[in-house]
Amino acid sequence: MYTEICNKYTPEKHNLIQILHEIQDTHPQHYISAEAVKTVADYLGIAENHIYGVLTFYTMYSTTPRGKNIIRLCESPPCYIKGSQNILRKLKSMLDVQTGETTQDGLFTLELSACLGVCGNAPVMMINDDMYGDLTDERVEEIIEKIRRGNQ
Amino acid sequence: MKFYRSHILVGINETSLQAGVEEFLRSLRAELSKHNLQEEVNVLETGPLGFFGRGICLSVYPDNVNYQDVKLDDIPELVEEHFLKGRPVGRLMLDTLGKFTPKFDYQNRIVLRNSGLIDPESIDEYIGTGGYEAWEKVLTQMQPIEIVNEVKKSGLQGRGGAGFPAGVKWSFTAPIDAPQKYVVVNADEGEPGTFKDRLIMEGDPHQLLEGTMICARAVGATKAWIYIRGEYKLCIERLQNAINQCREYGIIGENIFDSGFDLDIEIKIGAGAYVCGEETALIESLEGNRGHPRWKPPFPGVEGLWKAPTVVNNVETLANVPYIIKEGADAYRKRGTPDSPGTKVYTILGDVAHPGLCEVDMGTTLRTIINEHGGGMKKGFRFKAALVGGAAGVFLPEARLDVSMDHSSLKEYAAVLGSGAILVINEHQSIVDILWSILKFFRHESCGKCAPCRNGCQQLYKLITKIKKGNGSMDDVELMLTIAETMFATSFCALGQSPVMVIRSAVEYFRDEFIAITNK
Repeated sequence: MYTEICNKYTPEKHNLIQILHEIQDTHPQHYISAEAVKTVADYLGIAENHIYGVLTFYTMYSTTPRGKNIIRLCESPPCYIKGSQNILRKLKSMLDVQTGETTQDGLFTLELSACLGVCGNAPVMMINDDMYGDLTDERVEEIIEKIRRGNQ
Repeated sequence: MKFYRSHILVGINETSLQAGVEEFLRSLRAELSKHNLQEEVNVLETGPLGFFGRGICLSVYPDNVNYQDVKLDDIPELVEEHFLKGRPVGRLMLDTLGKFTPKFDYQNRIVLRNSGLIDPESIDEYIGTGGYEAWEKVLTQMQPIEIVNEVKKSGLQGRGGAGFPAGVKWSFTAPIDAPQKYVVVNADEGEPGTFKDRLIMEGDPHQLLEGTMICARAVGATKAWIYIRGEYKLCIERLQNAINQCREYGIIGENIFDSGFDLDIEIKIGAGAYVCGEETALIESLEGNRGHPRWKPPFPGVEGLWKAPTVVNNVETLANVPYIIKEGADAYRKRGTPDSPGTKVYTILGDVAHPGLCEVDMGTTLRTIINEHGGGMKKGFRFKAALVGGAAGVFLPEARLDVSMDHSSLKEYAAVLGSGAILVINEHQSIVDILWSILKFFRHESCGKCAPCRNGCQQLYKLITKIKKGNGSMDDVELMLTIAETMFATSFCALGQSPVMVIRSAVEYFRDEFIAITNK
């Protein structure tokens, strides 16, 4: 599977970030495994430690397995002054996890993020590719419940 | 062209897609047809409308009525009342009192001239508004050196934060004789509170592409890369669509318009790092490395991507270029101030009545922007400060509201125009608390390459946390300033040089708050 993804790109180092994106996005646990790193290193002809360097530098990548849905709550100033801390408390209690953890059922991982650029609708969170704005406790409940129901 | 009595502009953006705008559009069109209005009322899918309402937002022309948070269930009432009987539905209006309508002075816009008016996914609509005429002009009637000179003459300054003259930047790269040169579009917008570039790309992706093409021709680059942050999914989609359309129409490719000039444009996606907004860190990232800034000189204009001469420009900067070429530098200089010509796009956020997007002449006062474009303060709130320019910006108090927003005037207050973010803060909010959030941000985003920034951001965060908790003293406040000033003097790139401005402005204008919290 990893080789298939690699083959879509020319074997040049500048494609590394795009390849890693695709590997992570298509993995059900949204992460990049040691096996994937090895495959990509062989394909691009670069050292594995270079790839680990890149992986741990950028916030969008993970080297450990995560949940099916990645929640990224914005904590930058515009969301902060609109109460993102309250939303974080709500998410933690609803999901019974701390920041960076995955729920028991493997459905959600809770993460914090820098500005997502949707500040007009602060506070904002991103779940996978979707943006959710104007968050309130009620709206958070609605959104999480909807995803939970969709997974039953 | 077909004539319609009314146009309903529907903003397609992250928020409205989430609210189910696709299904909404189907229902709206069906309801209009049910009343036989499909020939009279046109439904247009477009980009940002200029205000940030909740959920699905609509603008109705020529009535100039704005709706927000319109739901599927509201459609029958909306169509019957507004479009059949001509009575706008008060309860759905953006301002239910109807006292404020955001200013939509489209005639005065340069960068946002099409935004919210045309379908951003259609190249034909862009061409219909005079799009790609400037591109044709530079290929068929102008020498590359003439392009550079025209942009130089226009006085266009970079719109990413630093404000370096674009034409001068181009003039470093243009004369270099190299087998390969590049243009890189910096669309890695990460400054908190800033999303003008996202809205420019979502609303009118072709204008950015046209500016990029002109820049490439001017400096002799045959390849352009757009480096865009990974979170901007809709922008990536729309830009890719726009590039595909250009390839199909022969607007880019080989031997464009029989001029002998070749150009290709490709998108690269970032992976979440604020520092990649710094041009040399961005280049590192493009090459597939960690986003660590490079030593300058050599500047990218001489030695950039893969050591080739590379011009890196911000999205808004390039979006100004087609206008300059088409209308001429003199027309451009009629806008703004002599030192900072042209217009600037701002995002107005926080406790204003109508958070939104606006484009005004350089030199417009902060007061005018907040009152006329943001609708003034939100009801029941008093103005305390505006954080201008994001985390790397400054706090400006009420006494500074009449400052002219251009590069040279702001410099007098040790402020920068920065990225165009204006975050309005009310009297109940604590400056110390907001500063904590900003310094937490810097701690997270410091790339770790140089010691002053890596350790300094950490220490600043520790000190502000101590102060915020009420355990600090004024000595700690002074220590923060000393550390930040040292970082300014010794950091490798602009990231480590930034915290000093925001800390200094907070302490200078809101010293009382620091005294109060440290005396607790």
